[in-house]
Amino acid sequence: MKFSALSVFLQGLKGNRDWPAQWRMPEPKASYDAIIVGAGGHGLATAYYMAKEHGMRNIAVLERGWLGGGNTGRNTTIVRSNYLWEESEGIYEHAMKLWEGLSHELNYNVMYSPRGVMMLAHNIHDVQVFKRHVHANRLAGIDNEWLTAKQAKEFCPLLNIERNIRHPVIGASLQRRGGTARHDAVAWGYARGADRLGVDIIQNCEVTGIRRDASGAVSGVETAKGFIATKRVGIVAAGNTSVIMAMAGVRMPLESYPLQALVSEPVKPMMSCVVMSNTVHAYMSQSDKGELVIGAGTDAYTSYSQTGGLHIATHTLDAICELFPAVRRLRMLRNWGGIVDVTPDRSPIIGKTPVPGLFVNCGWGTGGFKATPGSGHVFADLVARGEPNAIAAPFTIDRFRTGRLIDEAAAAAVAH
Amino acid sequence: MLLIRCPYCEMERPELEFRYGGEAHVARPPDPMATTDEEWAEYLYFRSNPRGVHAERWRHIHGCGRFFNCIRDTVSDRITLTYKAGEARPNLDKGGA
Repeated sequence: MKFSALSVFLQGLKGNRDWPAQWRMPEPKASYDAIIVGAGGHGLATAYYMAKEHGMRNIAVLERGWLGGGNTGRNTTIVRSNYLWEESEGIYEHAMKLWEGLSHELNYNVMYSPRGVMMLAHNIHDVQVFKRHVHANRLAGIDNEWLTAKQAKEFCPLLNIERNIRHPVIGASLQRRGGTARHDAVAWGYARGADRLGVDIIQNCEVTGIRRDASGAVSGVETAKGFIATKRVGIVAAGNTSVIMAMAGVRMPLESYPLQALVSEPVKPMMSCVVMSNTVHAYMSQSDKGELVIGAGTDAYTSYSQTGGLHIATHTLDAICELFPAVRRLRMLRNWGGIVDVTPDRSPIIGKTPVPGLFVNCGWGTGGFKATPGSGHVFADLVARGEPNAIAAPFTIDRFRTGRLIDEAAAAAVAH
Repeated sequence: MLLIRCPYCEMERPELEFRYGGEAHVARPPDPMATTDEEWAEYLYFRSNPRGVHAERWRHIHGCGRFFNCIRDTVSDRITLTYKAGEARPNLDKGGA
C-alpha cells in the first residue's frame, strides 16, 4: 500500500487497523542469483538498488537477528558529508544527495532533517584542520563554512563559549545541509521498498558457512535454515565482517570495537542543530521525541560485547556538561553499545575479495549511518556488475597493499 | 571497566592504568628488504579480530610501564590470563586456564 495523505486519512477513519504488513516473512528458496548477508541499512539499501536499478529480483537478504537491529538501530543518526579527501567526499556526498530525495524515493518518511552539523574547534590545531576541511569541501562543491565562537553561539544558543572552561570553543565549522534522519525508518523504508520489488528478507537466519566450488568461487552459503545456493554473495555485516569473511578463508584489515551512545529523558525542544566535538569527544542533538541523543567514544580494546565501559560514557558526559551547562541536571534514560568495524585508515572497504563471487562492504567504523544510501547504491552496482564504479573504486581492499590509503584517520580524528 | 592483572606487578588493577596494544604475537618481518607488499600489508594492517578468544598486548603505562600479553574472550570481555611478553601463547585447549 502506498502512503499518501489520502491513505493516512482513510486508515485514520478506520482506527489504523487495516495497514498491511510492510514486508513479507518468507522462507528461503533453494537458490538465489545473489545473497546479501546483513539486513541493516547498508544491506537493505544494497538489495533495494540491486532490484530497482539492476533488475535483479531473485535475491535475498539474510539476517542473523532482526532487520535494523544492529548498528542501524544503535547510532546517533547524524548525516553529513564534510570529509577531507576527494575519495571520501565522493562517497559521502553521493549519499547526501540520495538522502535529500530518499523519503520520496521510498515513499517512506525517513525524517531527513538538514538542521546543520556544527563541529567545534577548541585549539589552534582544530582551527587549522577545520579550515582546511572547509576549503577542501568548497573546492569540491560541498557546503561547509567557518564560524567564529560568537557565530557558533548564535547558531546554537545552548552552547557555552566562555573562556574559563577546560576546552573553550574558539570557532566551528558548519555544514548546513548536514543533520539527522530517523535511523529505524531508513531500515524499514529500504526493507519495504526491496520487499515490494521481490527481494526476500530472511530474518533469524544466521550464516554459518560460505561454500566454495572446486575453482574456489562461491557456490552458496550455509545458514541456520539450511544451505542456499548462489554464485554471488555480498557481505554487509559491520562488526561481524571479520567473522564471516573468515568462513571463506579471507583475512580482513579490520578490528571491531564497542561504540557507545546514550539518550536523556525527553525534554521540550531546546536544540535545533547537531553539535560535535572531536577534541573533547562528545556530540549531541535532540530527537523529535525530545531526548538528547549523545554519542560517546569507542572502548580501547576490540570486543563483540555490544556494551562498553562506563568510564567512556561518563567521560563524554563530563564534556557535554561543560559545553552545554543547561543539561547538567538532566537524567540519562539509557545507554547502549554497537560493534563497529574499524579500518586502519578509518575509510570503508567496498570491493571485490580474493574469492570469486564474494564481495564486501565494511569498515564504516564509527560513521556508517550517514553513508547508508550511497553505500548501498554503489555496492549494489558492484555486486550486480562485478566491477566497482568510479565512486567505489578507491575503496578497494587492495589499497592496504599498494599504500594508497584514504587517511581520514588523520583527517577526522575520532568522531565521525 | 576491565580489571587486568599485570604479570610483572602481580596485581589486579583497573583498565585505566593500562593502554591497549592490539593483537599479540604479530611478528615484524625479519628482513624488510626481502618482504613483499603482501607481507607488509599483512603485518601492518590485517588482523584476526576473532569473535571469542583473543591474544592481545597491554601496557601498564601508569604502573611498571611494561608490555605484557593477555588472553580475553571478546564476547564476554572475560580475561582468562595474562602472561609476560616473550612467552609463547598458552594452549588453552589443555585446560591451561
